[in-house]
Amino acid sequence: MSDILAELSTAVIEGNVDDMADLTEDALDEDFSAQDILDKGLMPGMDHVGVEFKAGNMFVPEVLRSARAMHNSMDLIRPLLAESGASMTGKMIIGTVKGDLHDIGKNLVGMMCEGAGFEVEDIGKNIEPEAFVEAVKKYEPNIIGMSALLTTTMRSMEHTIKALEEAGLRDKVKVIIGGAPVTQTFSDQIGADGYASNAASAAELAKSFVN
Amino acid sequence: MAKNLTTVVSSKTQTVEINRNNPTVIIGERINPTGRKLMLKALQNGDFDMVRTDALSQVAAGAKILDVNAGVPGADEIALMKQVLSTVMEAVDVPLCIDTADTDALAVALELYEGKALINSVNGEERSLETVLPLAKEHGAALIALCMDDDGIPATADERLAVAGKIIERAGKRGIPIEDIVIDPLALTMGADHTAGFVVMEAIQKIVAEFGVNITMGASNISFGMPERKHINSTFIAMAIHAGMTCPITNPLVAQVGIAVLAADLAMGRDEYGMKWIKAYRARQKEEGK
Repeated sequence: MSDILAELSTAVIEGNVDDMADLTEDALDEDFSAQDILDKGLMPGMDHVGVEFKAGNMFVPEVLRSARAMHNSMDLIRPLLAESGASMTGKMIIGTVKGDLHDIGKNLVGMMCEGAGFEVEDIGKNIEPEAFVEAVKKYEPNIIGMSALLTTTMRSMEHTIKALEEAGLRDKVKVIIGGAPVTQTFSDQIGADGYASNAASAAELAKSFVN
Repeated sequence: MAKNLTTVVSSKTQTVEINRNNPTVIIGERINPTGRKLMLKALQNGDFDMVRTDALSQVAAGAKILDVNAGVPGADEIALMKQVLSTVMEAVDVPLCIDTADTDALAVALELYEGKALINSVNGEERSLETVLPLAKEHGAALIALCMDDDGIPATADERLAVAGKIIERAGKRGIPIEDIVIDPLALTMGADHTAGFVVMEAIQKIVAEFGVNITMGASNISFGMPERKHINSTFIAMAIHAGMTCPITNPLVAQVGIAVLAADLAMGRDEYGMKWIKAYRARQKEEGK
């Protein structure tokens, strides 16, 4: 493990937002590829953040800062990754369902999944089933993630799954769901592929579908 | 500076007056299955014991109004709301706050309710204004108005003030008096945005200065994602009372919250001779002695 990649991991964990661009440039100067920076610098850092968050040792603002730090590096390496045709873990779309404006949990899931190497398209909040279907057509993801915080809006997850079936797309994507009122039982009932109770578990669950 | 207004709500036997001269009115938040898996399960099984227990314990802990929410996924909300509301009305005498996003369930609940209810809630979205305001007028209910509209929740205090103004105006056109409107400036999570608390304090001050209305807030979620949430919640609630909040929606069973409210009321000169503070202290002493 090189020092500079380890420094990148540490900077992600500590949320050193301001140092990321310099560290990333340094790593590139040392001839590490964008893929190395992602796989051996940023991802292990976010992985650690996920573990600590799940264990209750790190808190939401810290995760947000770590994600911001990772983004500052990703902004520099993304074009290089695209150029080299680098392989991402997979592609995901995420959104908060229709009628629901709560997006903190959904945003955390997006960050953790990016940290796990996914290309994440966040299509926002208050997303109608039809809009999820359109997004699946447009982005052709491996996985869609839906979030709801209200007992009154979680039913919309079922409607989205039905809409995917009707569009003939259900077997093209894995559907994972989460949010305060959501349970494994509910996930089974509506025919989702998986449920996760927190953002770190959601990233693990997503990985389990593409590996 | 607008004059301080009084919002009156009532049950069959009790009247509660909310204003800035009286002690803070706690609206108990617990009768709500959202995020409470045990209560969700109980309601799904048609078991209302937990609703009854929660009603009694919240009133015993000092709640002057109880929020009642019966939103269970997949269930018939109208039928469930009737049962939950009846259970609470049988268990306690305090006025109730009817909390639903379903206009039909709201209409049925207002029909069933005895007294002047508080509706939770209307907001600045056209659809909400057009459906909820007529029901409030028809039943003479007071209502909580959320500072959000068709464009979502505004980022700044001034924009939230503008939404509050719009709802007050639209309600006025339907003959609903301004004192029957309790504004919720919407406390967002400080764990996701560290300026969220500051923005909402500023919004409270501006709305109170402009309209003199009563102010409520869901004051438990502001600390989401943070450690030691109860300390954040109790400090935040005391600060919001100073800013002008009069009737927080919160969990009175969290001791720190109740204590913060009492201390804030004393500091605001609303607890004559400190009697409420002292009485609460004696009750805690007695409890600890058990």
